[in-house]
Amino acid sequence: MDDRKTRVTRRTALKIGAGAAGVFAAPAIMKTATAQTGGFNWKKFAGQSIEVSLTLGPRAENLRRHEKEFTELTGIKVGSEAVPEQQHRQQAVIQFNSGSPQFDVITESWHVQKRLFGKSKWLVDMKPLLADASLTAPDYDFADFTAGGLRWATQGDGRMDTLPLNIDPWMIYWNKELFAAKGLAFPKTFEEILMAAEKLTDKAAGQYGWVSRGLKNANVPVWTSFMLGHDMDPVNPKTVTLQTTTPEAIAAAEYYKKLNKDFAPPGTVGFNWNESQTSFSQGKIGMWLDGIGFAPPLEDPAKSRVVGKVGYGIMPAGPKARHSATFGDGIGIAAASKKKEAAYLYCQWATSKLMCARLLQSGGGSPCRGSSYTDKDVIAGLKLPREWLTCLQESTAIGRPGLPEIVPVTEFRDVFGVGLTNTIGGADAKAELVKATEAFAPVLQKSEAS
Amino acid sequence: MTQTSTVETKAVSAEAAPARGPGFDRNYLPFAYPALVITAAVIVFPWIFTIYMSFYDWKIGQAREFVGFANFTKLANDPRFIESIGHTLYFTALAVILPVVFGTIAALIFNERFPLRGLFRAIFILPMMATPVAVALVWTMMFHPQLGVLNYLLSLVGIPPQLWVYSPDTVIPSLVAVEVWHWTPLVMLIVLGGLASVPVEPYESAKIDGASAWQMFRHITLPLIMPFILVAVVIRMIDALKAFDTIYVITSGGPGTASETINIYLYLQAFSFYNIGYASAVTIVFFVLIILLTLVLLFLRQKAKWT
Repeated sequence: MDDRKTRVTRRTALKIGAGAAGVFAAPAIMKTATAQTGGFNWKKFAGQSIEVSLTLGPRAENLRRHEKEFTELTGIKVGSEAVPEQQHRQQAVIQFNSGSPQFDVITESWHVQKRLFGKSKWLVDMKPLLADASLTAPDYDFADFTAGGLRWATQGDGRMDTLPLNIDPWMIYWNKELFAAKGLAFPKTFEEILMAAEKLTDKAAGQYGWVSRGLKNANVPVWTSFMLGHDMDPVNPKTVTLQTTTPEAIAAAEYYKKLNKDFAPPGTVGFNWNESQTSFSQGKIGMWLDGIGFAPPLEDPAKSRVVGKVGYGIMPAGPKARHSATFGDGIGIAAASKKKEAAYLYCQWATSKLMCARLLQSGGGSPCRGSSYTDKDVIAGLKLPREWLTCLQESTAIGRPGLPEIVPVTEFRDVFGVGLTNTIGGADAKAELVKATEAFAPVLQKSEAS
Repeated sequence: MTQTSTVETKAVSAEAAPARGPGFDRNYLPFAYPALVITAAVIVFPWIFTIYMSFYDWKIGQAREFVGFANFTKLANDPRFIESIGHTLYFTALAVILPVVFGTIAALIFNERFPLRGLFRAIFILPMMATPVAVALVWTMMFHPQLGVLNYLLSLVGIPPQLWVYSPDTVIPSLVAVEVWHWTPLVMLIVLGGLASVPVEPYESAKIDGASAWQMFRHITLPLIMPFILVAVVIRMIDALKAFDTIYVITSGGPGTASETINIYLYLQAFSFYNIGYASAVTIVFFVLIILLTLVLLFLRQKAKWT
């Protein structure tokens, strides 16, 4: 195919993509993808087959939906698998540890796997590949990636073992109708959150001011979100020591306890994001703190009773700082892969401007490319309210890692998660944090020493 | 006369039996090799390797170190592990007793003749055919304290909403409710098979002697079907002890650690924390516990036979 003869600008293609039905849009976007090449030989590894391991969710859905375009563009066949998050993480570790993983490309949850993957050097350093002009398309525009995304993707030793795929800042979904009925505005501070939650709670009517995760492990980011408002990380990033019994950590746990115990529906000790989302979507909850990627079902009339009533609030300011706890995903190449170059082409395609634009438009994630947020055509094709996009941009601007960059993150979440669940159940926040810190400190110490 | 018969019998036996030469064993042994190899590969080797790993401080991504019995000592002082044993025994006791009681009652009902009995039997065993993960997902939705159908049903009869699996106090009984719904039909089928083999003569004699329905059940039916009930108990106990999918999907061991059974704790150590050595020690202790419980049950079964 002669790329120059079919030159259609990306902007035009996105307009078509946003307006037309999928079946008509696909060929137009395909032309665009090909047009992006600018003479670069995408077919250099035609005929090869690669295996891609993805975490099940909107990001995987976005990639798999357009996979055929990649094959048409490169001649590389893709076998992809999307596995639920927890199982995907376990599968990755077991396969990497076997020395011969069955995949060439894998998505990585930075907030959980970054240090482990980096320490074990399971993924290829992308920097030499990015510097290789024969492998990197000239229009890939690496400079377009946000600083935050690149910081996440880079290991402590300077290796960049993933390309940025998605950033997930936490924010507050709020029910405008319930707020209006009480004459309330969206809170600007933690103190105002408490006041609003109290006014919105009417237990007799089954209405509650607040909901957030209470289930162990899943609840830790809620607590760390509040800790960040005290300008405190759970683990000191420089000294890698626990800061989980500091007055700020205890204040955050007490605040978490107050909101979930007094103003949240009964049973939040067992709530993960899905129970919280279900409760909020029924229209009886004032505020829900969670990741920004959960918006699409709230605006889907088939799944939600709050369509058009949802406000997207940036995390209010805490006593000392204003931060949005962020999490994210990257995509990398298995060091044991025998098809690294073909796998690299896939990673480039997956993080290209076009794929990032598609991700944003679907509301399935927040790409790490600046252009996704500035391109008017991309924004015109957005399926979610403009307020969501504003919230996303502003939350990203105040983003700060919501979980510590340590190897035993899952153990950290489990141990502190149990303490936090007990706290909602009525236990003393300080005592639970002290107990959890005592239990986890040796694990962290050993992990850092090895 | 007797001597002659013995000699004749021996001669016939020798004629019927194939000749077993000196190399008989060697000739036939190769046929057993595939089974031996497979058994060694999938049963013996994993066990030996698990025991080997339990003596190491072995965490994925870290260097392994021989620690002797330190993992076992640590387990003895691990409050979460000890708590998980309690949860496992509590869950198992309820998940054995309730389905056995309800299954036996159901078997007695379905053993009687009444219109559309076949249809009702078929409906009754339907839950048993469902996939455990699918069952768990459906029950998770039903348990939701605000939106679940269970609280809606309770509200119809004026009972206030319950927290079900969302409260540490009610989580294990709620999980047992799922087990009861799922596995009572299995017990019913086993006991129904036992009832079909019970002779009618003892009942005729008892009726002549003026025995009541309860006396006939207590002194005739129950003793006769007891071996079948014990089989059901053994099967249920093994199932309940290894229950994982339902608990993991519905609560993941929570709230907090309120429903964390040994299986859940083991999974957490092995596949979430990657503490392979420690998880191996948990496996061995759990195996010993299962063996002990099984021996107790087998003893009770044997005792029932002697009685």
